[in-house]
Amino acid sequence: MYGKGILKGLSVTWKRFWDTYTEDISWMLRGKKRYNTEEGIRHRSSKDTKGIFTVQYPEEQLIVPEEFRYVPFLVYDEGADGKKEIRCTSCGICSKVCPPQCIWIVRTNDPSTGRPVPVPTNFYVDMDICMNCGFCAEYCPFDAIKMDHDFDIASYDRNVYNLDKLLKPAKYYAEIRPENYTREEEARKAKEAAKAAKAEAAAA
Amino acid sequence: MATPVQTQTVDLVARFPGMVTADARPGYTGFIVNKENLVEVATAIRDEFGFDLLTAVTGVDYLAENKMEVVYHAYKTTGGPGLVFRVQVERVDPVEVPSLINIWPGVDFQEREAWDLLGIKFTGHPDLRRILMWEGYEGHPLRKDWKEPFFEEEAKPFKSRWPDGQHTFAENKNPFRDNLKFPADFDPEKFEVVNEDGLYASLERHTMKNEEGSLNTDHIVVNMGPHHPSTHGVLRVAVTLDGETIIGLKPVMGYLHRNHDKIGERNTYLQVIPYTDRLDYFNSMSNNFGYVTTVEKLMKIQVAERAEYIRVIMAELSRIQNHLIFIGMLMNDLGTMYTPSLYAFEERELVLDIFEAVSGARMMCNYFRFGGVVRDIPDYVMQKIKDLVLERLPAKTDEMERFLNENEILVARLKGIHVLNAEDAIKYSVTGPVLRATGVPYDLRRADPYSIYDRFDFDVAVRQNGDMMDNYLIRFDEIRQSLRILEQALKQIPQGPINSQKPQYQVRVPAGEAYGRIESPKGELAFYVVSNGKPNPYRYHVRPASFVNLTAVESMCIGSKIADFVALLAMLDIVMGELDR
Repeated sequence: MYGKGILKGLSVTWKRFWDTYTEDISWMLRGKKRYNTEEGIRHRSSKDTKGIFTVQYPEEQLIVPEEFRYVPFLVYDEGADGKKEIRCTSCGICSKVCPPQCIWIVRTNDPSTGRPVPVPTNFYVDMDICMNCGFCAEYCPFDAIKMDHDFDIASYDRNVYNLDKLLKPAKYYAEIRPENYTREEEARKAKEAAKAAKAEAAAA
Repeated sequence: MATPVQTQTVDLVARFPGMVTADARPGYTGFIVNKENLVEVATAIRDEFGFDLLTAVTGVDYLAENKMEVVYHAYKTTGGPGLVFRVQVERVDPVEVPSLINIWPGVDFQEREAWDLLGIKFTGHPDLRRILMWEGYEGHPLRKDWKEPFFEEEAKPFKSRWPDGQHTFAENKNPFRDNLKFPADFDPEKFEVVNEDGLYASLERHTMKNEEGSLNTDHIVVNMGPHHPSTHGVLRVAVTLDGETIIGLKPVMGYLHRNHDKIGERNTYLQVIPYTDRLDYFNSMSNNFGYVTTVEKLMKIQVAERAEYIRVIMAELSRIQNHLIFIGMLMNDLGTMYTPSLYAFEERELVLDIFEAVSGARMMCNYFRFGGVVRDIPDYVMQKIKDLVLERLPAKTDEMERFLNENEILVARLKGIHVLNAEDAIKYSVTGPVLRATGVPYDLRRADPYSIYDRFDFDVAVRQNGDMMDNYLIRFDEIRQSLRILEQALKQIPQGPINSQKPQYQVRVPAGEAYGRIESPKGELAFYVVSNGKPNPYRYHVRPASFVNLTAVESMCIGSKIADFVALLAMLDIVMGELDR
């Protein structure tokens, strides 16, 4: 019969349409909110999602996974009396590995000796050129540069971030990437312990 | 189907004494053919030795040796290893090499590309115009002595970035510095941006003359694109129409050209990986796969066992979502606006969620490294992949088939509309699903296995008719086979390290050349890399599936109706990021 295939196809569309309402009603009966809640958004991007699928940005935002990467930022540890201890030693690996070459680092030189000091005088990242590849964070030996989760950086101007704008506390990093943070902290502590043990052995 | 074994070794030197010499440079393979004998030798390679598929034509500029080289990679559609042969010519203008277009018509666009970017003139090519750059462009950008505006240094990393990296904008430097070139007779008053006489003249060649005694009709030239919703990006197609019938057709491309090859040559080996993401932006995992496979060949390193499985899982997931998008976008082109394509996007979103969770980005994954991958798949993501592969995707593929395949309007639009026959497809170097829909079971995962594809049990999807319906249905077959591979990979994946190498930001690549190819969802994606031992590749060339498959579009479409053209173009599944590079 001509039109049977069309009807068969339309039954799929009809089922999808119907699913939207059955899903809404079943969530309502269970006393849960399908929209504007984390649970609802997570369900809509799970394998069981049925019916309406869209996330109404910006009212709702997708929950990004831990590994999600956007532009880089620099991590500082909070020292005593709120002093910012920048982890970066301006070794330059990130600027060397950067594919579009958007990282510019000014290394500090000791004014009296002229020798380099392991802290950056300034640090620029041209966010308009950055291709969000994550190489800088991946190859940084000091866990000093990390990829951010904040993706709403559209602006009317050019986005060249300097050191002040790039610095974010380690606490923020721990918040957006808890698993990575704990893993790195453990590795650091193990390394420090090994170093201390070695120093002790050398002293004895 | 068992993997075919090549028994006969090809010895061109013995067959053509005095015309062919074996390439003796360390790290190189294949044969050097005298320029004068190229056509003769190439004919024998095709007819006597049976290398019917010429996949890549690559020009290389050896500035120091004052030589230009054209490298040809020929393969058999029955499978097995390929044959590399090359011509070397003096680097004095005009650099001339005989065209092989009469032996393998599929070299058409690739020879035009080599002419455009390297200035190698292929004598005997009937339509040797620029292809990626515009007519009237001065210079050949892939030559080693050509420098782009804002040129800073030969190779990255640039010295201005560290240790005294005071930020400056590129435009603050004078863009009209010494590396901007004008032709000697350049007159800005009379400058026309694009001269298209060549394009319209090439259309003329195909114009059929009105038959004697028939009704005299006017032919009109229509330019579809560059901004046309159904050309999948900024592709422009100039067509000559006789009523509704296409009688002449030429694609015009390069609107998205950014000289990916040159960028690759400026970058270090590692830095190229994120740039390959941007080729075929639907399948960045496959692009990564192709590139790292090539460089690993050159570096002669083993890939960690677990990473091999992760790579296969990612590449196959990528294939599934690509084919779903193909189906959705085809429906858009046929006029079923949005409902099927959004159903396809729904499943794609779930696959992209997986990519995002493992690699950090949905589309520009940048996930593969030399020797392995960046990071392991977290447990919760592994569970998600299993849920998708074992439960959701098979059911949704069935639903998609129920939704569309029997639809009478769709069947009427697709069934019996000829795309290609097997002979033409091979002739035009078409690969991928389009070739397999013509009845040629040529799938690189079987024909020339790379990575660990020889461990999986799957069938090469083949359809026999080569019409649009088969081209459409073969995508469903491939999704099913990919799911089969995924099921096995998820079962077999071992524990262990995910990279066989120490993470390092500059890799050592010994001198030599490598041609690595993988079966990307769109066809054969191949990379040709020449290393001279320095941190950045000497020559880096992409052989994108879309670009070479498009060579066949002219012969596919002539004689068909303009309304079918949109669907025929969709069948080739082109992506402009890859096509224009």
